[in-house]
Amino acid sequence: MSTRLADHGRLIDRSKPMNFEFNGKRMKGYEGDTLASALLGAGQTLVGRSFKYHRPRGIIASGGEEPNALVNMGQGGRFEPNQRTTTTELFDGLYATSQNHWPSLEFDVGVVNNYVARFLPAGFYYKTFMAPRAAWKHVFEPIVRQSAGLGKVPKDRDVDTYEYFYHHTDVLIVGGGVAGLAAAKAAAASGAKVMVVEQTAHWGGRTPVDGGEIDGIPAADWIEATVEALENMDNVTLRLRMQGSGIYDHGYALGYERVADHTPGDGRPRHRLWRIRAQQIVNATGAIERPLSFAGNDIPGVMLAGAVRDYVVNWGVSAGDRTVVVTNNDDAYRTALVLKEAGLEVPVIIDARAAVTSPLAQAARAAGIRVAEGKGIAKVHGGKFVTGVSICAQAGEGSSLEEIKCDAVAMSGGWSPVVHLWSHCGGKLIWDEVQAFFRPDPARPPLSHDGKGFVLTAGSASGALGLSDVLTDADAAGKAAGKAAGGKAGRKAAPKAAAEVHQAMEPVWIMPQGASIQKRMKMWLDYQNDVKVSDVQLAAREGYESVEHTKRYTTLGMATDQGKLSNINGLAVLSDALDQPIPQTGTTTFRPPYTPISFGAIAGEAKDELFQPIRKTPMHDWHEEAGAYFEPVGHWRRPYTYPKPDETHAQAVNREVLNTRERLGLLDASTLGKLIVSGPDAGRFMDMMYTNLMSTLPVGKCRYGLMCTENGFLSDDGVVARIDETTWLCHTTSGGADRIHAWMEDWLQCEWWDWKVHVANVTEQLAQVAVVGPNARKVLEKLGGMDVSKETLPFMQWADGTIGGFDARVYRISFSGELSYEIAVPASQGRAFWDALLEAGEEFGVMPYGTEALHIMRAEKGFIMIGDETDGTIIPQDLGLNWAISKKKDDFLGKRAQLRSHMVDPDRWKLVGLETLDGTVIPDGAYAVGEGVNANGQKNVIGRVTSTYFSPTLNKGIAMGLIKHGPDRMGEVVDFPTLDGTGTVIKARIVDQVFYDKEGAKGNV
Amino acid sequence: MLTLHCPNCGVMADETELHAEGEAHIKRFGPGSSDEEFENYLFERKNPKGVHFERWRHVAGCGKYFHAARNTMTLEVYGTYSAQTLAPPKTLVNAIKKKHPEWEGWA
Amino acid sequence: MSNAVSALDGATYQGFCKVQEMGLVGMITLRGDLGAAAMAKAVKAVTGVAMPGQGAVTTGKGGTVAWMSPDELLVMVDHAGADAAVAKLSKALAKEHALAVNVSDARAVFHVTGQAAREVMAKLSPADVSALAPGIMRRTRLAQVAGAFHMLDEGTFEVVCFRSVAGYVFDVLANAAKPGSEVGVL
Repeated sequence: MSTRLADHGRLIDRSKPMNFEFNGKRMKGYEGDTLASALLGAGQTLVGRSFKYHRPRGIIASGGEEPNALVNMGQGGRFEPNQRTTTTELFDGLYATSQNHWPSLEFDVGVVNNYVARFLPAGFYYKTFMAPRAAWKHVFEPIVRQSAGLGKVPKDRDVDTYEYFYHHTDVLIVGGGVAGLAAAKAAAASGAKVMVVEQTAHWGGRTPVDGGEIDGIPAADWIEATVEALENMDNVTLRLRMQGSGIYDHGYALGYERVADHTPGDGRPRHRLWRIRAQQIVNATGAIERPLSFAGNDIPGVMLAGAVRDYVVNWGVSAGDRTVVVTNNDDAYRTALVLKEAGLEVPVIIDARAAVTSPLAQAARAAGIRVAEGKGIAKVHGGKFVTGVSICAQAGEGSSLEEIKCDAVAMSGGWSPVVHLWSHCGGKLIWDEVQAFFRPDPARPPLSHDGKGFVLTAGSASGALGLSDVLTDADAAGKAAGKAAGGKAGRKAAPKAAAEVHQAMEPVWIMPQGASIQKRMKMWLDYQNDVKVSDVQLAAREGYESVEHTKRYTTLGMATDQGKLSNINGLAVLSDALDQPIPQTGTTTFRPPYTPISFGAIAGEAKDELFQPIRKTPMHDWHEEAGAYFEPVGHWRRPYTYPKPDETHAQAVNREVLNTRERLGLLDASTLGKLIVSGPDAGRFMDMMYTNLMSTLPVGKCRYGLMCTENGFLSDDGVVARIDETTWLCHTTSGGADRIHAWMEDWLQCEWWDWKVHVANVTEQLAQVAVVGPNARKVLEKLGGMDVSKETLPFMQWADGTIGGFDARVYRISFSGELSYEIAVPASQGRAFWDALLEAGEEFGVMPYGTEALHIMRAEKGFIMIGDETDGTIIPQDLGLNWAISKKKDDFLGKRAQLRSHMVDPDRWKLVGLETLDGTVIPDGAYAVGEGVNANGQKNVIGRVTSTYFSPTLNKGIAMGLIKHGPDRMGEVVDFPTLDGTGTVIKARIVDQVFYDKEGAKGNV
Repeated sequence: MLTLHCPNCGVMADETELHAEGEAHIKRFGPGSSDEEFENYLFERKNPKGVHFERWRHVAGCGKYFHAARNTMTLEVYGTYSAQTLAPPKTLVNAIKKKHPEWEGWA
Repeated sequence: MSNAVSALDGATYQGFCKVQEMGLVGMITLRGDLGAAAMAKAVKAVTGVAMPGQGAVTTGKGGTVAWMSPDELLVMVDHAGADAAVAKLSKALAKEHALAVNVSDARAVFHVTGQAAREVMAKLSPADVSALAPGIMRRTRLAQVAGAFHMLDEGTFEVVCFRSVAGYVFDVLANAAKPGSEVGVL
């Protein structure tokens, strides 16, 4: 069993104990612990259950590559599933529970899967759940849903805050081990602006664990001195607890800073996502140890040799009292020596290599440790913990030669450079035959905007494994990055360490090499997703040759650890099964982020009130105080209606319509787009933008206009006013101002750049109020100022003047059919003007109305609405708007398209009014059906509803719709089947779309 | 996440300040054009794997349009230039040709 | 008129930097040929400021002039004097192809003040604010909306955005200036 040692533990402060809770059990750790080291220190070897077979699982690694030890962290608003214990810093009061088991970690029902494991091979789900559909819905899905998944889904709202930070630097160095620090030193000496990020809370990486000397002083001292020197440089930024998560185009990198994970609730943002632009990026991301594939390699207590060493040296924690070391390389001997030095038992080092004579092996022998050469593990004994191993010949089939009692196994299958970040943005890899790993190919780096490489690697990430090689490589990378980023060439010598003599590792992909199927079914490749050697071999037999297909079929490398431990071993097994060299099999695609990052960090500040910008008119506060119910229009919020306390929305809307038609309504129309088009060529330009002839519009007059795309489709509409000889003011739809502004600029900048036209967007400069109803003129006259009489300001004209002391531009236009003035005042005075209108209008029965009343009144008048009558496939001709399309003009945007054969097809659906026979309202979006059926046996569709409302004015349902040959079928009745399941068909008569005041008498007073 | 140099305001702009506006140097066909010409103008786009000429707008910046010569495969940017041209500058075309002799060239 | 109010009526927030809405500021969009002599003369006559170069902003006794694009300036004057300045510019440029428009009420102006003001801006804009200095106008993105800013001095940013999103911009600035969220690099 794992335990806390009496000594060792360079990262923990034993004078600062910390309490935490795991699965309801109170445990003790120390400041400086990770949750993993604290759990192991507390003797908690079993920490979770695997995904598919629910096998007991323990901690296997000491860093971000950990596949097993995931927990549900925290509670309530700080609950988060799938948190890695190995990267979770311990804090006082930490609360965690294990995942993927029921009813308890120790006794898990789901483990039944383990006993039927041979019936659940790779592709089991694909094969089983093909048919029948009903079985999927009623049998498989409920079972799978019940048993699948790792952590729980958070239920409460996240109480923490997150933010972005945009950072620009010359050189970004990812990884703060000795390679990163050496590279930083070299790059900083060039004068370049350098940033170094390290994902853990400590500098130096693995080197302090492995020891050695740099430039004649202990490595740990060199690290401390180097960090201090870098901290004192103005051009260097050092950042701990920040992972270089991804590298993207043109020197863009994501830094995931875990600001307050270890100090929850201290008021700081929990995570900060750094969005970094670097000219050069140096990946000093180190290497990850590979597991070995032997039967039972997933039993709690089997760990990576490097991790076993880390736990002893860094946190004073032993994985077990008797640890068997199994390896194919020299590095694991360091673990044996560390354990021995810590007073723990190492009964044997099992080395797959036939004869081992390297200095490290000799040191182990000298320390009295037995080395079994040419051997492997036939089987690990134990269930929830390791009890022993059987040794066999590596060359054989796995007959047990001897059994050795132990409570931990430290395994090493060699090391693989962390090439993820190199690969994120297109860096290529080469297979290193000697070290049996993929490493970055410096000749094929990711390319930046200038076509040159912008990523370098340093140290183990390049494939250099000894300290001396690491330092030389990192120094060169730092110098190269500094120079490429514009710094001066470095001349200082690289930091030096003594060269080490190593005996070559020997690739071992299966242990023993001739293992039986029974053994291969117990050799785990992907611990988190329960993928075994036998699964990959099965996939190969079933014809999966592409590594990407095999990945998806077996789920190898698809878990939250993204195969950090399993990838190379899996590829090797697949290559062997396909009888092809590993480089030919290749790797799966490495995608960012390196490890999962929080959704909060990705969202940044964009949550709650800041989720998205809300655009507000100058009168917005009044609407809010009046209890308006808002609807989104683009990013604007417009009052939909102003319900009184005892009213439904429908009742409020009806009241607003009737009051406006009978007395006086006010609409906040400030959101309407307002674009000034000005210049000597403005008239010509207006004629191109609009289907109408706008150049002839007299000064002082208004004209309703249509704008089409080059496809001919109706894109926007609004009233245009001629301001002076060279200036027009275009009203656009509320959501359309920015789009139409960009559309105009596009044509002016990219097509007719010799035309002298300026466009200015003054939408927000003006607050605009529609004063509507029979009393509209009365209220304006009461406020006093300019003449708004029928004679001076007739329909479709505008004038500048003052109203109640406000500088105003008044348009006599109407979207409701009533007497109506739209009045624009400076936005800063919008609220005051609104208040003045309300006060003055009181005696005339003034009431504000919202967008729904606006919609109903325009529908009663048969006016179209962009987005209702149009959907991007409608041309003005479909809507009977031919009168607004100039026949005098040679050209306008959309004219040519409207001549295409499909556009002039007489069978196009055309706009008509629809009146239900029984007065009910046709459901929104209803389709009209005609005679006969189509090829699928469905009724033929002959049209659809585009706008449908209850008209309080007419006290019945009214609608507009697009109907095949509609205008030729006036008076005919068409069927609108409802979809409410009752089979009801609503019958509606095709009528003129103007339902109210056909003569236009109401507005023309 | 590209960066493009805006030739209008001189800023090295982050992609999030920009808006992609599709293929560059499309000749407009209006009334009087044949169905084929008009169809080509409206719908036919090169979409090459390699050298490409595009329109961009510095929308959260100076608001101006510009052209960019870019490699859709390697993301290399050969240059950005004024939107007020019917064809890319000769020097730019020559430089690209020199770098990619196999490139079919500007047409 | 005296009843004119800015979008947030001078709202302030004190975090590790101070965020303050500056009330009503006169602003004019001036479009035209920035290289024309008449343009330089008109700008000088109204503001006392020489024509700024690409990306620059200059302040004189009559106001501030910022280069916004190759054919656009932002002229900042007293709010009360904006209409008169528009008239003056329009008259001086009557023979040019130019357009002067009062956009004072279409905008909101903020000051972000404090030693780490750059950090507040760097949380919201992809522009390299570490390279910014007084005299440079940067039009960019502020979180999800368009905006522009320049430095009045080492510890003060003047931020301009559209009026309708003044509340949003104030909130994101204040949020970025929240105590405890100091980054410690700028």
